[in-house]
Amino acid sequence: MDKCIQQGFDAKSEQGFIYTKLDSVINWVRSNSIWPQPMGLACCAIELMAVGGSRFDIGRFGMEVMRFSPRQSDCMIVAGTVTYKMAGSIKRIYDQMAAPKWVIAMGACACSGGMFRTYSTLQGVDKIIPVDVYVGGCPTRPEALLDALMSLQKKIRGDHSTRELFVKE
Amino acid sequence: MEKEKILSEMPFLKERKTSDGIASFECRPADLPKAAKILRDKFEFQSLNDIAAVDMGECAARRFGAVYHFFSHTKKEYAGLAAFCESADEPKLPSLCPVFKGADWLEREAFDMMGIVFEGHPRLERILMWDSYPWHPLRKDFPLEGREAPLPPSFGGNEAAAKVEPAPEEGGPFHSPSCGTEFVPEKEPRSRQGECETFDNL
Amino acid sequence: MQKEFTYPEPANLAADRLGEKMIVNIGPSHPATHGVLRMKLELDGDLITRADPIIGQLHRGQEKVAENLTYNQFIPFSDRLDYLAPMCNNIAYALCVEKIAGIEITERCKAIRVICCELSRIASHLVGLAAYGMDAGSWTVFMYCFTQREKLLTLFEQLTGARMTSSYARIGGLARDIPDGWLGNVNAFANQFLPALDEIDALITRNKIFVDRAAGIGVVSAEMAMQWGLTGANLRGSGVASDLRKDVPYLGYENYDFDIPIGVKGDCYDRWLVRIEEMRQSIRIVRQAIEKMPDGAVNVADPRICLPKKDKVLRDMEDLINNFVLTTQGPDIPEGEAYFEAENPKGALGFYVMSKGGGVPYRVKIRAPSFVSLAAMQELLPGHHMSDMAVILGSFDFVLGECDR
Repeated sequence: MDKCIQQGFDAKSEQGFIYTKLDSVINWVRSNSIWPQPMGLACCAIELMAVGGSRFDIGRFGMEVMRFSPRQSDCMIVAGTVTYKMAGSIKRIYDQMAAPKWVIAMGACACSGGMFRTYSTLQGVDKIIPVDVYVGGCPTRPEALLDALMSLQKKIRGDHSTRELFVKE
Repeated sequence: MEKEKILSEMPFLKERKTSDGIASFECRPADLPKAAKILRDKFEFQSLNDIAAVDMGECAARRFGAVYHFFSHTKKEYAGLAAFCESADEPKLPSLCPVFKGADWLEREAFDMMGIVFEGHPRLERILMWDSYPWHPLRKDFPLEGREAPLPPSFGGNEAAAKVEPAPEEGGPFHSPSCGTEFVPEKEPRSRQGECETFDNL
Repeated sequence: MQKEFTYPEPANLAADRLGEKMIVNIGPSHPATHGVLRMKLELDGDLITRADPIIGQLHRGQEKVAENLTYNQFIPFSDRLDYLAPMCNNIAYALCVEKIAGIEITERCKAIRVICCELSRIASHLVGLAAYGMDAGSWTVFMYCFTQREKLLTLFEQLTGARMTSSYARIGGLARDIPDGWLGNVNAFANQFLPALDEIDALITRNKIFVDRAAGIGVVSAEMAMQWGLTGANLRGSGVASDLRKDVPYLGYENYDFDIPIGVKGDCYDRWLVRIEEMRQSIRIVRQAIEKMPDGAVNVADPRICLPKKDKVLRDMEDLINNFVLTTQGPDIPEGEAYFEAENPKGALGFYVMSKGGGVPYRVKIRAPSFVSLAAMQELLPGHHMSDMAVILGSFDFVLGECDR
C-alpha cells in the first residue's frame, strides 16, 4: 500500500475512514493496475512472453492483463525494432490509447535503433511517441523489464494526477 | 554424373565454378524458363529454393544477375543456375512463376532489393519496402544508412527527426562498393587492389 | 488414435457464400499474426476468397549490413534472424563461410554444434507449440511450454552468457569451449524433458476442441508444398520425407541414429504431431552426442581463421598482431561463392555467400524458410473460414524476423 495512505489510516480511531491526498489515492490505483499493450515487434517480444510465463510471472505486479486492444490498455511496451514501415501503425495505436498512458521502450532497438543503423530502421521509438522508461539489452532480460515496470510504478506515484483532472490547460 | 547429364541435355548451359560442390551452370536470360522447366520435369528438381540477386559492381560488363538454386526431394541434390541481365540500366530477366509457384515472392524480393524486372511476373510489386520507396537498397552504390526518400504515407511522426545518420567512421570501417567512384581502397584492408570483376573472370 | 473428423470441403462451402465481398485487415499488431505480419483478406461472408500477406514491417536490412561487416561481426546479426533458435542461424552462416574457405572443423566442434542445434530446435518448437496452442485457445500449453523453455534458456546462459541472442559460433569453431559440468546439466534436462513433453502431449493432442480446430484444416498436398518450396516440418507434415540432416548431412549428422517423423494428410494437426515428435528425436540426438563427445580442440588450428588463445596473445608479439588483424580485418576467406542450407526448426535456412577475398563478404543472401511459408498462404488460405486463419498461421510456425530480414 502507498506510504501516504498507510500513514493516514488507523482502523481504530478513524472508524474505517481514510484521510489522505487525492493524488495518492489516484496514483495508488493507477500504478497497481497497469494493463500493458504488448507491442511485440521482434526478438524482445519473446522475452516479453517469457515475462508473462511461469518463471518470471508478471502477475506478481498486477500487470499480467495483457491487452492487444489499445482501448483497454494504458502502458505500451514497445518490444523490438521499429521500422519506417511499422512506425505509422505504432503511432496510430498509441493515439488510440486512452489517457493516462505510458510507454516503455524495451530493448536497444526501441530505445535508439540499436545495432541496426540502416536505411529502413527508425532510430528509436521516441522519434514518434513519448517514452517514459527506457530499458537496455538486446534483448532485454526479463528481470530488467520487471524493474522497468517497477520504475514506471514509481514514476506514476510521483505524478500530480489531480492537476490533470481539474485544471484545464 | 548429374552435371554431365544436365549439360548434355541442355548444351546451351555453361559450367560455373563454385566452392560448394553444387552442380552450377550459367545460362542466358532468354533460356532461363526453358532450363528451369527441363530441370523440373526431366531431372526431378521439384523445388525452387532460392533466388539470390547479385550486383557485380558498377564497372562489371554485366552488372546485375540472379543465382537460382533448385532442390530435388527425390534425388536429394541441389542445382544452381546463374543468369546475368544484358543491360545494367534496365535489368530484365524472364519470370519463373509459370514453372515454380515459389518464384512469386522470391522474384518480388529481388525486384525490391536489386531492381531486376522479372518479365511475365503476375504482380511485380515491392514486398519488403513500402510502395513509394524510390531506391533499390541492395545495389552496391546505395549506402547502408540509406538515401533521402519519402516516408510511407502512414508514417505519423516528425519526418525531420527520423533520418538515419551514417556511422561516425564515415560509413564504417568497411563499405560495400568494390569499384567505381565511391570505392576507396584504403577502406578495404584486404581487397584485391580494387580490381574490377568482369563477367568473364567471375 | 487420431479421431476421424469430417470437415466440409471448401467446395461444399459454396452455399455459405453471400456474393458480397468485404476486405478485412488483420495486423500488423494482432495476437494471431505472431509479430508484425499484416494480412489483407477478402471475405465472402465468413469465407476467405483472397489472402494477401503484407510483410516488410520488420525489414531491417540485414543483407546490406552483412556486406559492411567482417564475417565474424555478422554472427550477432544472424542471431536476430530466427530469434527463437539463434544458435542454428550462427552455425548455418559459419558452415556456409567454412565451405568457401574449405575449412574442416574439428570433431569436438561438430559435436558441440549438434547439441546446440538440437537444443535450439527444442526451444524454438516449444515457442511454436505454445503460440499454436494459444491460437487454438489453450493458455495452459503456453505455460507448460515456457516452463521447459526457461530451463533450456538457463542452459544457454551457462554456455554462452546470453539467454537468447547467444552468438556462439565463429568461423572455424566456436566462441569458447563448453564449461565444466555443462553436459551433465544437459543430460539432466533431457531426462526430465521427455516426461514433461508427454504431459504437454497428453494435455492437448487428444483434446477434442483442438482436434476439431486443427484436423482437416489447411491441407497442403505434397505436390503443392514442393511447388511453393516449403521446407522443414511444414513439408514433412505433408508426407515428404525430406530432412537435410539425413539428405545432405552436415556436422556429422550421418553418424547419429534418429528418425524423421512425417505426416499423412498435410493438415494443421499433422504439422503439430510432426513438431512434437521432432523434439523427442532431438533429445535422442543430444544424448548420443553427449555420449560420444570427442576430446580435443574446438577451433581449427589456422591462424588466418581463428583467434589465438588469450594467454598467448598476452605473451607473444606475433599472436598479438594476429589477434589484432583478425579482429579488425576479419578472417581471410578466399574468393568463391557457396550456397548452404541447414535444417533449422522453421525449415531450411539457406545462406548464399559470395566472397571476393578479404575479411568482408561481397554479397550475402539469406533464404528464409518463413518467407517461403508465408508466400504459400496466398494459395492455402482461400477457401477456409476466417476463424481457421489463426490456426493455419499458428501451424506454420513462422517468425517475422527471419521472413523480413
